[in-house]
Amino acid sequence: MAEIVLDHITKRFPDGSLAVNDFNLDIADGEFVILVGPSGCGKSTTLNMIAGLEDITSGELRIGGQVVNNKSPKDRDIAMVFQSYALYPHMSVRQNMGFALKLAKTPPEVINQKVEEAARILDLIPYLDRKPANLSGGQRQRVAMGRAIVRDPAAFLMDEPLSNLDAKLRVQTRTEVSRLQRRLGTTMVYVTHDQTEALTLGDRVAVMRTGVVQQAASPKELYDRPLNLFVAGFIGSPAMNFLSGTLEEGVLRTSLGDFRLSDRIRQEVERSGTGRDVIVGLRPENFEDAALVSPDNRQYGITFRAKIDVYESLGSDVFVYFTRELGKGVNSAELQELAADAGRADAGASGETIAARLDAATRISEGQDAELWVDARPMHIFDPASGRNLSLVDDDGGAISVQAAQDRTGTDRTDAGEPQAAAPDAARSGDVQAAPGQAGAPGEAT
Amino acid sequence: MAAAVTTTRQKVGWGSANTVVIALALIPVLWMVSLSFKTPAAILDPSFIPAAWTWGNYDQILNTSQFLQPLVNSIGIGLIATLIAVALASMAAYAVARLRFPGKSVLIGMALLIAIFPQIALVTPLFNIERSLGLFDTWPGLIIPYIAFGLPLGIYTLSAFFREIPWELEKAAKVDGATPFQAFIRVIAPLAAPGMVTTAILVFLACWNDFLFAISFTSTLSSRTAPAALEYFSGSSQFTVPTGPIAAAAVVITIPIIIFVLFFQRRIVAGLTSGAVKG
Repeated sequence: MAEIVLDHITKRFPDGSLAVNDFNLDIADGEFVILVGPSGCGKSTTLNMIAGLEDITSGELRIGGQVVNNKSPKDRDIAMVFQSYALYPHMSVRQNMGFALKLAKTPPEVINQKVEEAARILDLIPYLDRKPANLSGGQRQRVAMGRAIVRDPAAFLMDEPLSNLDAKLRVQTRTEVSRLQRRLGTTMVYVTHDQTEALTLGDRVAVMRTGVVQQAASPKELYDRPLNLFVAGFIGSPAMNFLSGTLEEGVLRTSLGDFRLSDRIRQEVERSGTGRDVIVGLRPENFEDAALVSPDNRQYGITFRAKIDVYESLGSDVFVYFTRELGKGVNSAELQELAADAGRADAGASGETIAARLDAATRISEGQDAELWVDARPMHIFDPASGRNLSLVDDDGGAISVQAAQDRTGTDRTDAGEPQAAAPDAARSGDVQAAPGQAGAPGEAT
Repeated sequence: MAAAVTTTRQKVGWGSANTVVIALALIPVLWMVSLSFKTPAAILDPSFIPAAWTWGNYDQILNTSQFLQPLVNSIGIGLIATLIAVALASMAAYAVARLRFPGKSVLIGMALLIAIFPQIALVTPLFNIERSLGLFDTWPGLIIPYIAFGLPLGIYTLSAFFREIPWELEKAAKVDGATPFQAFIRVIAPLAAPGMVTTAILVFLACWNDFLFAISFTSTLSSRTAPAALEYFSGSSQFTVPTGPIAAAAVVITIPIIIFVLFFQRRIVAGLTSGAVKG
């Protein structure tokens, strides 16, 4: 049991590349902290530095109040679970789990007792005398966990321990890991690239990108109040939708329609010196079938029309996808990186697909020119250059008071090619009006 | 149908190719065995199977220290050289496979250089060195050059094996509290055992079969090895070639090799690393 403090930790490899840059994190005793980020962001390197498998270039690492920078792994009292499990193939499950205790010269009867206790927790009793080769993937994973828990260490380090399991087993094991951590109450640092795992498991999640911590906060905080474009795009599945927007006299013009900003946000944007172009972020669940939105609520967002390209029903929810011209604004390095990580090469291309999550009661169907509503309150506004979230100035607990533009006069919704759609950004992107019905018709609220 | 025809043709093709290869390899050995059982009078008899079987040749060589002492020398020198060479080679190979250190490529280059260097060119200088150091005609006089020439072979074979062992196992051992040496001895070395056995067989064979150094660096029975001893066999008169006893001795020194390989074959083939990672 111990707290782990990473104090300005930096890792530079011999070839000069910077893997981890000025990492600061205080992990409390018993806390479950997740390091998450796309591959190559330095999360595993950070974990290896905590374990003592990588040297720390500069900064100070303290475990339980002691500086351990120059201590070898065996003197740090930590246990680690590897992505590949790294079970010793020439030893039985019992020997694998007892190896650390044996090295520590623990009496055999104590080893036996501890191994059996751990095996009972993990349902491994029938397999104690088997070799790892004769176990299934899930059993091997449990042996790897067992090897860690028999030692009763100061902290557990887990390096993507679930990524080799199939989807169903992963969800099941995820719950087990969570239960185990609560039961043992041991500090745990867990590395994953899977943001679902990160959000469901962690007390606190540190999102990393290119060796730098972007934001370390509770899952809810990360989701509701992402500090920058990268965190916003990385956390959440399906990912947040990004649109380019242009500020003009307090009105935010986007291809979905025009939003009126609250004074506070407008001031913040002006103060940041961003200029007029911003990136607007809307989560899929911010959208709704306009027909299902009560008139009272309509005023908090805008309605617009879109041709539904794809319709997916999950039973409890419905996902619809439609395409929007994005203009030139949405082309930041952070979004490109996110797209590359997700396996998409076409980041920032104009005409990005927008995902919307609708209530299952919706009667919208594929190919239909549907009327959708988007809630403007949780909208995020980002600086395209720095990626900073400009809409976090509010202190009222996360709800972002972006009001729908009220000054627009009633527009016939079928008349999508109406001049108002030719907002400056839309005009720049060229052909918004070319597709009536798909183009951004600034809808009328109320 | 075409597939079946091809299969039959392939079977016949492979079958005959295999037969040719096996015949090429085995006929001289069988001929040697046959000779070892022939009486001195029948040595020139061209028939493959001896007309009259005799143990006489074996009696002759096994009842003289001219052969028994060299056999003991061969076994002793071979085993000691193999043990030391494999122990050193496994540590060197581990370093080559896992560590980054200055001069690594030089080391690998030197090892290769030694492996391809014609040994005959070294006989004279080594002979002089051994004489002045007092190593001539001693066990170490053969063991040391055998180790020197066994090492490159061992380093190359073993580093290939070490590279195949997942590095995470070693990390896991370190986190489990092992020192680097404990990690090597308890985790890496057991997993590299098939590689070590393979290397040991290769090095032992090289020592066992060596004739050049054995004949050059020995002068008496105290260190002469079996292949060299065959050279000193004498016939019943100085005009007869002791073909029968030589053949019998050749059979005798072949037997340990066969046993050695058969005994360890299983370990060589066994894929010990399966189950280490998700696989």
